[in-house]
Amino acid sequence: MADKFAVVGNSLHRVDGRALVTGKPVFVDDLPKRTGLLHIFLLTSPHAHARITSIDTSRAEEVPGVALILDHRNTPDRRYTTAGQGYPEPSPYDARMFDTKLRWVGDRVAAVAADSPVTAERAARLIEVGYEVLEPVLSIDEAIAARAPVIHDEEDCLDVWDAAHNIAAHVVATSGDVNQGFAESDAVVEVTTETQYGQHAPLEPHVVSTYLDENERLVIVSSTQVPFHVRRIIGMLLDVPIHRIRVIKPRIGGGFGVKQEVLIEDLPALVTLRTGRPAQLTYTREQEFTSSRTRHPMRIRVKLGAKADGLLHALEMDVLSNTGAYGAHSLTVLSNVGSKTLPLYNKAPHIRFYGDAVYTNLPVAGAYRGYGATQGYFALETAVDRLAAELGMDPLQWRMRNHIHEGESSPIFVALGEGREGVEQTITSCALDECIRQGAERIGWAERRGRRERHGSWVHGLGMSIHMQGSGIPVIDMGSATIKMNDDGSFNLAVGATDLGTGSDTILAQIAAEVLTVPLEKIVVTSSDTDTTPFDVGAYASSTTYVSGMAVQRAADEVRSQILEVATEMLGADRSSLKMEDERVIGPGDESVRLDQVALRALYAQDQRQIAATSSFTPELSPPPFLAAFCEVAVDEDTGQVVVVRFVSAVDCGTPVNPKLAEGQVEGAIANGIGYALFEEMIFDDRGRLRTPDYARYKIPGPQDLPRLETILVESYEPTGPMGAKSVSEIGINAPIPAIANAIHDATGLWLTKTPFTAERVWRALQSR
Amino acid sequence: MRVSLVLDGHDETLDVAPGDTLLDALRAGGHTSVKNGCANGDCGACAVLVDGRAAASCLLFAAQAEGREVTTVEGLAGAHQPYHPLQQTMLDAGGVQCGFCIPAMILTAADLLARNPDPTREEITAYLSGNLCRCTGYVKQIEAVEMAAAIMKEGGVDG
Repeated sequence: MADKFAVVGNSLHRVDGRALVTGKPVFVDDLPKRTGLLHIFLLTSPHAHARITSIDTSRAEEVPGVALILDHRNTPDRRYTTAGQGYPEPSPYDARMFDTKLRWVGDRVAAVAADSPVTAERAARLIEVGYEVLEPVLSIDEAIAARAPVIHDEEDCLDVWDAAHNIAAHVVATSGDVNQGFAESDAVVEVTTETQYGQHAPLEPHVVSTYLDENERLVIVSSTQVPFHVRRIIGMLLDVPIHRIRVIKPRIGGGFGVKQEVLIEDLPALVTLRTGRPAQLTYTREQEFTSSRTRHPMRIRVKLGAKADGLLHALEMDVLSNTGAYGAHSLTVLSNVGSKTLPLYNKAPHIRFYGDAVYTNLPVAGAYRGYGATQGYFALETAVDRLAAELGMDPLQWRMRNHIHEGESSPIFVALGEGREGVEQTITSCALDECIRQGAERIGWAERRGRRERHGSWVHGLGMSIHMQGSGIPVIDMGSATIKMNDDGSFNLAVGATDLGTGSDTILAQIAAEVLTVPLEKIVVTSSDTDTTPFDVGAYASSTTYVSGMAVQRAADEVRSQILEVATEMLGADRSSLKMEDERVIGPGDESVRLDQVALRALYAQDQRQIAATSSFTPELSPPPFLAAFCEVAVDEDTGQVVVVRFVSAVDCGTPVNPKLAEGQVEGAIANGIGYALFEEMIFDDRGRLRTPDYARYKIPGPQDLPRLETILVESYEPTGPMGAKSVSEIGINAPIPAIANAIHDATGLWLTKTPFTAERVWRALQSR
Repeated sequence: MRVSLVLDGHDETLDVAPGDTLLDALRAGGHTSVKNGCANGDCGACAVLVDGRAAASCLLFAAQAEGREVTTVEGLAGAHQPYHPLQQTMLDAGGVQCGFCIPAMILTAADLLARNPDPTREEITAYLSGNLCRCTGYVKQIEAVEMAAAIMKEGGVDG
């Protein structure tokens, strides 16, 4: 399909590439510092669960250079959510800027703004805080135990499902009758899996810089994935009208969901509003681990029932999710555990999904690439392998027989959306069969699975898993784009969409260039500035390529039509006889005008007007990308160490707008997933203190920890997407845990149910074999 | 106190406090291509070349750079104007996503190619093992180093 396009489908360089490889000052902390800048130090709770009984800032205030100290006594007391979601946010309003109750080690106590970082920190250490230490709740089991301490006992929180029992959110969805379904099944398997606390660990920590512009408007320069949500939520929280706030996102150093949170913008913003001075808060790496956001740890029970012929008949999933101290994203991540996994096996008439998200006195969970699907697929895709084994079938064949296909639907699409009911959806593109076929061939599935090849103490095995995700949140997400034409036949493209390193500025420009028949360099992109770019919900839920991409295509179509209108006057030809090609409008007799001639006429010569258009797009559907993963592991039976020898991902994201960038999304997600599967883990002591607050102890994969990841882009054409494209950023992260677990089973016969698969855990399992 | 060094090919004097790291001093001096990812020697994002060898600038005092030749990605191109082959191949291979780790990744690879113009894939992987990237999975970055090695060998240019 891609060969019918000139710009789309090509691996062009990133539009921001030159700036990045030459080290231009493009990240928040690189920008020139303003005169009078105040540096903020955040004092955080040493206790997992405590009340502030007294706070004395008098000694700190006397330190020369201290400009302002913020704590619960002088900051807004309204409840809100830090989740950077659309309005109204489907997350409980259970947080305060500063509270008198502290709910995890890392929760906010006070903030000091001073002339230098050293002064701010020194002053903060002089703040005397009295604590009444409360019994902490440090696990899912402790949270749901009878007479458990109540974490959110405040009167004024909103939309918490059952605060008295520490339940932040609750979801149920059913179709058919699972009890009947299991009774009618010939083979039934049940699996319970557990996943750990994990952190996004972007190389650039959270950083926000604020100042008042010449008109005394508040400017927030933030490493955020959601500039428009930041503007709205900060305006609401600090009582500033939206028109008095401007949010700018420059380049940001990775997000992966952790920056879909209005995490720290409020602190420098309030300091600037109160003092009139510029302010900056930069998280240290330690704070990025202790006082940021994480992946929801989960315990998930999946039960599958199938008929003797292999067809899935009943499917049940029970989820207990640990949302930590606050409920940001608790409901929506919980919903997605089911909504992004269960429709994959749409043959079962009987389905039940049940989930609770519980509060604990541990770090706050939030949005993290995969958004619950990662945890769900561990349970589902390892249960599938067990079911296939029970049925005596090749798990590949079982999946081929049971997965969803083009033209098919699932009752779960309607029953379970994101924090509410979903929308009816029929799959309009699906190349999953082809993904499975090509991935299996690449890894040698037929020849090598079940062989248990042995090299000394190392034994090899193959595993697979299949996945779907989505492309944005249907009927909720909105992206928009403005395109205007310049004298030389170039165009400005302004998008609210947020490039967090994904390359979205580039692929959105490619879509515009394709429609307008110009080379990529003729599209000048401006993005993520709430003053100068139109609204976009931001970068999350795999929305940008599909949702923002459609907005760009529509705006470009509208501009193209205005160009043809002017060209009609110039060529004296019938509008319907004109075509656009290579920066020209061509008439029926091959007579043509160049785009710069069209622009000059429109701007200076005749019936002058600005050729420009703004368009928006809200999707009715969320067409899923699909992925088939195949991996080879080697397990050292002496030590329990697991090494991923090969990892093949065959992915259907419709038309890959920029194949190298699409591959990069898959590879990065797989790498992150392998780290989470094998060794990434936030470990706490018995008082809830994080023992792994740096890269040395929270290990993320380095070059030597990964095989040469193999990615196959299997094209399909999504008829509702821009140039046939679907989104691709999240899906890969769901694959490593189940594919590796299934491969470990192939090698050793062990069914592992708890991540990460560390050498110690695998060795212990091997001993009890 | 003042530290005199050759920075990106120019004589420069940095005004520093005794406890400042080289990372602090370079960033305060406007050389913001040198990134602070952890300030703990774990992530490699602050790597610069000190007398041609890659070093974590967060683990060096600024004073230790006295009289040394320090190169950041801003001055790497040198004779290869306008871009060092690694800057070009990093884009050609698609090795850049958010770009935060890229200056240090390029400098470390430049150090490798200067001492080993024809590295194996394993040697590249090992040499970059101190440079963390959360976006890419390293596949295309390693390819970029292979491509740059080929270009530099062909062109007879040294690192």
